[in-house]
Amino acid sequence: MNFEDSPEETAYRDKVRAWIAANAPDMSHLTPEERRPWQEKHKEVAGIWQATKADAGYGCISWPKEWGGAGGTAIEEAIFNQEEGRAGLQFTYFMTGLHMLLPALLEHNTDPVSLSLIPPAIRGDKIWCQLFSEPSSGSDSAGLRSAAVKDGDDWVINGQKVWNSGAQIADYGMLIARTDPDVPKHKGLTAFWLDMKTPGVEVRPIKMMSGDNELNEVFLTDVRIPDSQRVGEVGGGWKVVISTLMNERAALGSGSGLSWRDIMKLAKQVASWEGTALDDPAFREWLADLYVDAEAIRLLSFRTLTSLSKGTAPGPEGSAGKLLWSGLAQNLSSQALDILDHGGLIDDPEQALMNGAFQHRFLWAPGLRLGGGTDEIMKNIIAERVLGLPGDVRVDKNVPFREIPRGR
Amino acid sequence: MNFDYTDDQKALKDEARRFLLACSPLTAVRGVLEHPGFGHDPALWARIVEQGWCGAAIPEVYGGLGMGYVELCALAEELGRAVSPVPFASSIYLFAEALLTAGTEEQKSALLPLVSSGELVGTLAATEVPGVLTSAGIATRVVDGKLSGVKLPVTDGLAAGHAVVLAKSEAGIGLYLVDLTGPGVAREAVSTIDPTRGAARVSFDGAPAELLGQQAGQGMEQLSAIQDRAAILIAFEQLGGADRALEMARDYALERYAFGRQIGSYQAIKHKLADVFVKNEVARANAYYGAWALSCNAPELPLAAAAARVAASAAYWHASKENIQTHGGIGFTWEADCHFFFRRARHLALVLGAPRDWKRRLADRLEQRLEAELGQGN
Repeated sequence: MNFEDSPEETAYRDKVRAWIAANAPDMSHLTPEERRPWQEKHKEVAGIWQATKADAGYGCISWPKEWGGAGGTAIEEAIFNQEEGRAGLQFTYFMTGLHMLLPALLEHNTDPVSLSLIPPAIRGDKIWCQLFSEPSSGSDSAGLRSAAVKDGDDWVINGQKVWNSGAQIADYGMLIARTDPDVPKHKGLTAFWLDMKTPGVEVRPIKMMSGDNELNEVFLTDVRIPDSQRVGEVGGGWKVVISTLMNERAALGSGSGLSWRDIMKLAKQVASWEGTALDDPAFREWLADLYVDAEAIRLLSFRTLTSLSKGTAPGPEGSAGKLLWSGLAQNLSSQALDILDHGGLIDDPEQALMNGAFQHRFLWAPGLRLGGGTDEIMKNIIAERVLGLPGDVRVDKNVPFREIPRGR
Repeated sequence: MNFDYTDDQKALKDEARRFLLACSPLTAVRGVLEHPGFGHDPALWARIVEQGWCGAAIPEVYGGLGMGYVELCALAEELGRAVSPVPFASSIYLFAEALLTAGTEEQKSALLPLVSSGELVGTLAATEVPGVLTSAGIATRVVDGKLSGVKLPVTDGLAAGHAVVLAKSEAGIGLYLVDLTGPGVAREAVSTIDPTRGAARVSFDGAPAELLGQQAGQGMEQLSAIQDRAAILIAFEQLGGADRALEMARDYALERYAFGRQIGSYQAIKHKLADVFVKNEVARANAYYGAWALSCNAPELPLAAAAARVAASAAYWHASKENIQTHGGIGFTWEADCHFFFRRARHLALVLGAPRDWKRRLADRLEQRLEAELGQGN
């Protein structure tokens, strides 16, 4: 057990810390509102930063050089991410493409056209989105109904996708569609990539309960794409889904966002019966419980790195990190509002303490427990794949997809 | 960076598990529960002593093996899994650590070889009255090298030959070494919620006492430092017990049928056990960090120790009560083994001070850390 950097890691950390300090984009002219994810100015800064990183070889550190990466280690990439976080530079716009979709694409396709999609994605010139979920298939992601029908050398796609993060700004999407409704649900799926400007693709934003516009619905009407845009085998779409979702959970469990330092800094500024909220024994006891969870999230990400550095893939226990992280976000933001007391009501960034970051998080947090696999799905994964408990009774197993009962 | 035991440490841990499966089955725990005696299993203790585990982390100059603290943590995890009814924690995590942390060279040289060889069992006698241990709760006094007062409860107070005793003198509160087999000491067994870890009421009446270390009046600070080290080691016992309780619940959920299905196929049980798993992972992560801090005496040790203790106490309690719940009615019987874990979980959570005491320490240390970071401009 060792939680310290090796001498090589220390040297790498020093190097990237200096590079980040010298090259970080200036965000001082942005208002608190503009600094929030999905705000125009925030996206603009993110794009500049991604291009700067790509030019210096930090765009995709752990990717092989033939994909346009730096051929570095997973540890180096993690150190870079930590240092970015430390400098307040955490942008998620490119993650869906770079950490989930493109690795899956390159696992299945190595043709020149697929490879040509990579460099602009690394520079942040092209953004990718995921087109998996549908109104009728949330947790039951293999139950999707969008149909792709072969027509000569093309596929014609009809259906509706939902919860598509970033689709409103995406240039490309990776899509899963049903190519065979006469076989059981997992076996009739196929993956494709497509240009979001293809005729028949219509993106409509979904306003979330927080008021933000990150998510979208995507309607697909007679969308025609060539067979060369197929990812993997016909009927092999479920494999693509699994590899991207595992990447997503590993990324979500690594723990960004507000944490114990932030709420302690808040508590120091807030009045309590005697002294500040930080002096309140009830708050301190709560803080201790929060801290052990936050530490676990931080330390469990080291376990993922340990596995990666030994060449083993992170296992289903990564689901524990995702559960902890989303639960912590809700617990922390709710507690912050409590200690602010009536001041917890104010979410105007110009008037609320710490620019209303906790109020904003409070209204975001319910979504964190749903996106990337709900709490309930995470618990099923732990129960079945880690503890070895039996799967639930499945009435749709071994039934041709078109015969599965469906509600609304 | 390495979030894991090394291959050598894993081999040691596997060997310890095999040994304890053979020599420390749950029937040994039941034996002590039904016939407490001194509150441990002397034959099992003799076998453990033979393995040399007592000296695992004691330096070779004091007769130990000097392997290191991660190795001791690995052994603790396995002893915890086995719910072993032996005085290992009192003698090694508390008494030996007290000597190593606060003792003089003469004291270490005289006593550590005996602890290491198992000839001497030691313990810590700090508490007197119910409630949080503070200096106000210490009535035991030392006058002219003679110690008088009553300590209650003293875990392994009957099995131990020596104790480190917290007492007041003119110089303030200090830790004192007392020979429990010597004059002026009377001991009687006390019934506790975990009879497999025996406890005593120890009365001192002018017992000869020697200051631990050279500086009087530092008792509370010394005790805190000793408890931090013990908290990490005990967190591994708690982690081992919590993992075993989860495995028991899982195994039972696979073999028990209700309404025509394995009960483990119902989400009510699956999600309950997934929650137990997550809490155990939180305990494991914090305990591992504590082991690292202990192994290199890192400045993070006090905070890591408090976090390991808070996380591991919560995990073992949760795992042990949900193990009973998963077993249903049979889990509540004397005949089933579930209550061994339930009893031990609470014993370990109280023996160094209750979780709320440690949450307070954790928050204090976290505040110090934040102030230090803010001071550095981070």
